[in-house]
Amino acid sequence: MAEIPDITIEVSHLKKSYGSLNAVNDLSFSVKRGEIIGLLGPNGAGKSTTMRILTGYMPATSGSVRICGLPVASQAEETKRFIGYMPENNPLPEEMRVSEYLWFRGRLKEMSRAKLRSRIDEVLELCDLKRNRHRILGRLSKGNKQRVGIAEAILAEPAVIIMDEPTIGLDPHQIIIVRDLIASLRGRMSVIISSHILPEIEATCDRVLIINSGRIVAQGSPAELRHEIFGHTSYRLELTGDLAALPAHLTAIEPTLKSVSIGEPATDGFSIVTLMTEATADLGEKILQILPTQGYRIRSLSHTQPSLEDVFLAATRRSWDARLPDKKNIQENRGPLPNT
Amino acid sequence: MVRCPIPDVVMRHYFTILSQEIRALLFSPITYVTAVLFLLVMGGIFTVILDQYSKEALEDAPAIIFFSSFWIPVFFMVPTLTMKSFAEERRLGTLETLLTSPVSTAEVVLGKFSAAYIFYLLLWASTLGFHYILHVYARDVRFLDSGPLIGGYLFIAVSGLLFISVGILASALTRSYEVAAILTFTILFGLIFGLSFLGQTSALNTDLLHPIKATVDTLQILHHVDDFTHGVVDTRQAFFYVTGSVLALIFSILGVEYKTLNS
Repeated sequence: MAEIPDITIEVSHLKKSYGSLNAVNDLSFSVKRGEIIGLLGPNGAGKSTTMRILTGYMPATSGSVRICGLPVASQAEETKRFIGYMPENNPLPEEMRVSEYLWFRGRLKEMSRAKLRSRIDEVLELCDLKRNRHRILGRLSKGNKQRVGIAEAILAEPAVIIMDEPTIGLDPHQIIIVRDLIASLRGRMSVIISSHILPEIEATCDRVLIINSGRIVAQGSPAELRHEIFGHTSYRLELTGDLAALPAHLTAIEPTLKSVSIGEPATDGFSIVTLMTEATADLGEKILQILPTQGYRIRSLSHTQPSLEDVFLAATRRSWDARLPDKKNIQENRGPLPNT
Repeated sequence: MVRCPIPDVVMRHYFTILSQEIRALLFSPITYVTAVLFLLVMGGIFTVILDQYSKEALEDAPAIIFFSSFWIPVFFMVPTLTMKSFAEERRLGTLETLLTSPVSTAEVVLGKFSAAYIFYLLLWASTLGFHYILHVYARDVRFLDSGPLIGGYLFIAVSGLLFISVGILASALTRSYEVAAILTFTILFGLIFGLSFLGQTSALNTDLLHPIKATVDTLQILHHVDDFTHGVVDTRQAFFYVTGSVLALIFSILGVEYKTLNS
């Protein structure tokens, strides 16, 4: 295989419309070698369409996609060699056996017989399918089928792996296996996975693109997204002491740190206080050091983060409300902090 | 997206797809149903022919009458052998995995076509047994005149190119194999009987329409089979089947790409 450049996927101003409906609308992003990208979005956001355009299966209305430096539109045959693709719902020929299917796919991907023989053993091992290698695809359980799809995608060790909802329909145990599998590809292959199972994306992906109505509404690592969308971190404290003087002490720790809610003291005198800050650094240690010196007794401190789910909901809501293009405005309008 | 259907880099994946398609046909119960039905029908026809010969002397060799009823098996065999080729893959979604691997649509179409064509030929070849049995039991060399047999099987091989490619084309245009089968049947009916009816209509007998009449007259498939079994192998007729087949295959390629373009 040819030399793989540092940027494996470059998408610029991609558009796809079906008649008057814009499925993908001016999408631009790039993926570095070895990066795992999560494509998030509600149903009909354009995730599958984007993936199909990346694989060269479907042409874009306008814009360009480059895979390993080659344009998909004019050199589809070439770019397909760099891609391992698992479509939505993972279609498989029902009547073939697992090893036969992998053999057929490997031959189509131009692997030599000798290489393929050892590689099939390898991917079967990786995907925990060794016991099922002679079983008929149509008789496999959903989880096993899904793993066959993943095995097929990574078979030829492509530079780019595109998987449309790889964990759909799996039980939690299988999800962990698939997640570990995807994580094991980090650094070697660029992976794009789409999902609406958010913890999945959060656990595996280096970077998340949130898409809604064909547009990127937010992107970055899960932590960056949290900060971008919510712009604050919050802490939950259980303490007792002079609650009235608390705001002043908090400002001394960090200017933006303030208490947003102070609960009623319980019978033992401890009350629950929620703090919020715009600072990016973790203030936990400082709070634990400074507040006791001011005469407070702290029983517990926890760091509450908005989950990716909250980020996702906030980001898609923001994009639906097209009349609020100004980010500042939204932050003022944001709802109460979700509890996690 | 619509690429030139001319073979690029000597069809690297053609044999991979061909063997895969042959395997798929071997595993499909429809193939066996077709084979059994075909042998039943052909056996029945052959028995009727022999029965007639036992009653009275007929002018033509049995092989000539045998091949003149070629259209009966063609009408059910071609649709059943070809209907699943693209329609089923499209319905299951495996066409997407196939076309996102580094294969060209031309390779896929040709691979599927060849597999169906090989089965078509194999099934017809099995009827050689009838003629062999006749030869053994007739103890008379006149009954196995090899001329009509060679001509007949040559006609089957050449016309099969067109029939099978029509089936592939119909399958490439839809996602339901029932629709593909009916479409194939309709096109084949139009080719075999429609052209024959058209040749008989008097509306074409005017001077103005003479060129059309002449063209239709040369496209009488039922006459072609007569010519072949009587030893007249006309290259114009062979050319009709080969070009028709190539055209249908090119349209299949365009059909598959058009469908993915607008999916």
